[in-house]
Amino acid sequence: MLSDKLTSTGVADQSDLGQAWPSEDRLKQGPVVVVECYQEIPCNPCETSCPRQAIVVGENINDLPKVDHAKCNGCTLCVARCPGLAIVVVNAAYSQTESTVTIPYEFLPLPEQGSAVEGIDRQGRVCCQARVVRVLNTKAQGKTPLVTLAVPKGKEREVRFLRTAG
Amino acid sequence: MKAGEFLIIGGGPAGLMAALAASEFGVESLIIDENQAPGGQLVKQTHMFFGSKAERAGTRGFEIGLELQQELSTRGIKIETQASAVGYYPDGTVAVMQNERVWPLKPRAILVATGASENFVSFPGSDLPGVYGAGAVQTLMNVYGIRPGNQVLMVGSGNIGLIVSYQLMQAGVSVKAVIEGLPKIGGYLVHASKIARAGVPILTRHTILEASGKDQVERAVIARIDENWQPVSGSQSILEVDTVCLAVGLSPLTEILWQAGCQMYHVPELGGQVAWHDELMMTSVPGIFTAGDVTGIEEASTAMLEGELAGLGAAKYLKGESKELQCRIDDTACRLASLRAGPFGQKAREGKCKLAECRR
Amino acid sequence: MRIEKHPILDFKRGARVRFFFEGREVEGFEGETIAAALHAAGIKVLRHSVKLERPRGFFCAVGKCSSCLMEVDGVPNVFSCTTPIREGMQVRRQKGRGRLDLAAGSGPSPEAGER
Repeated sequence: MLSDKLTSTGVADQSDLGQAWPSEDRLKQGPVVVVECYQEIPCNPCETSCPRQAIVVGENINDLPKVDHAKCNGCTLCVARCPGLAIVVVNAAYSQTESTVTIPYEFLPLPEQGSAVEGIDRQGRVCCQARVVRVLNTKAQGKTPLVTLAVPKGKEREVRFLRTAG
Repeated sequence: MKAGEFLIIGGGPAGLMAALAASEFGVESLIIDENQAPGGQLVKQTHMFFGSKAERAGTRGFEIGLELQQELSTRGIKIETQASAVGYYPDGTVAVMQNERVWPLKPRAILVATGASENFVSFPGSDLPGVYGAGAVQTLMNVYGIRPGNQVLMVGSGNIGLIVSYQLMQAGVSVKAVIEGLPKIGGYLVHASKIARAGVPILTRHTILEASGKDQVERAVIARIDENWQPVSGSQSILEVDTVCLAVGLSPLTEILWQAGCQMYHVPELGGQVAWHDELMMTSVPGIFTAGDVTGIEEASTAMLEGELAGLGAAKYLKGESKELQCRIDDTACRLASLRAGPFGQKAREGKCKLAECRR
Repeated sequence: MRIEKHPILDFKRGARVRFFFEGREVEGFEGETIAAALHAAGIKVLRHSVKLERPRGFFCAVGKCSSCLMEVDGVPNVFSCTTPIREGMQVRRQKGRGRLDLAAGSGPSPEAGER
């Protein structure tokens, strides 16, 4: 059951997140995928882009992706391939004080590595300051650059977008 | 201009796929298209497509359009652009106008893949410059690279409204809000989430009351509506916008089908009047096929598969049956059914069912 | 109003084309339609309605809705949203319904034939 908030505003609720969020044990082991895809739509590039079969849609292309977080190594290949831009990779074991979130970012200007940006939540609100630790923009990504943001621990649950200064 | 065996009216996703599929079985096609370049709506789509690998999922729409054109030119299939089908005559002649000249073409089979036109909603000021259809906004910004305005109000939260809002932001335009009359967002929630996190409020159960300005839109008034679609007093707000973008649905462009005497039925689930067709997309007039939005408003990916089916259907009609052809037909029909199998395909499924029963 | 940088698209613009709007010189790029080039130049009012003379712009941009009809090189009722600009073209806001001067041979020829 999707929350009213999600279906009427496009902003996912904690109740929607449910299964998408990896276990605490898995989070401690490093980068892992979070697939925030809640609706049965005919789509499976997440499945076909995963080299480890960690994401499975299966026979019916409308089924929701099933994620085996244990098989995922957080490679981020699926992040740029998802037509809904609904996938992020979080690394809750990045450091003592920070986690990272890798998001798809199809806007200009593309932030530079090392720069400070605002971490934005699912509702478009500023929720923390963030540091760009990596920008990946290879040809294979087809113009969906990936930006990895270092955020205060815990904020990896919230930050899903960024805003550059000015 | 020479018609060949198979004249395809409309070089969008359905028409292009039909030509490719038909050519596999030796059918010679000519595609005519009104626009400067073929591809139909594909040329304006900057987002990655859904579906599976076979439907080129994960590839952006305009790139799919270019890929298809490349394949067509490799196979030597001719496309005439800025060519409009302006009439169908009882002897099977299609009048095609190009460069102010009319060409009478008499093919052995015809595919009408003319697509759809945008719906309009009326409100005070809806005739002002600055009130544009979502397709027009896409053409302006994604084909010509021109911003439609600086601040936009989007009316409609179907996939088109959501996708165009995102594209406007990518073009550096501010989207003030997306409004929707229904209590729920109409399009894919992943598209909604993309614009929500970029800071655009999506307001369901809202309507536009008016647009105003001297010679063009300078502001719009929106309000919340109740269960009876009546504005709730005191809920009005004024948005400073120079553009109101209407994404309130599409209607099939069926003129040629009517002229050809195809049996037409009103099926609301498919967007209005559509031509009856069989499993291979042939209408009630033998040799006239139809595919894509003109036979039911759906997504580009389903239009591509319907086009493929129509191309295969034309091959069967013109060249006769074969085992290989039947295999291709079964495979395409199966993929089309699987794209429609989910909740978002329900409307199309029901509509197509109704349409099939109309003639029984 | 022109987009110079875009995260997904590269705009390859054609040669510059000069044409005239109400006698005033406007510049666009080869391949652009009249309505697009005018919009880029900040001109949104393409004509006035017949009865109430309210301003009209384009709506559909695909030659269907007739909101953008203009007078081009003396020919009325031209879809400015689908007609490409040409060097030296004279474009005017149309007054009234417009009349086609058949004697002067404007408009499409009814003859057909092979190329």
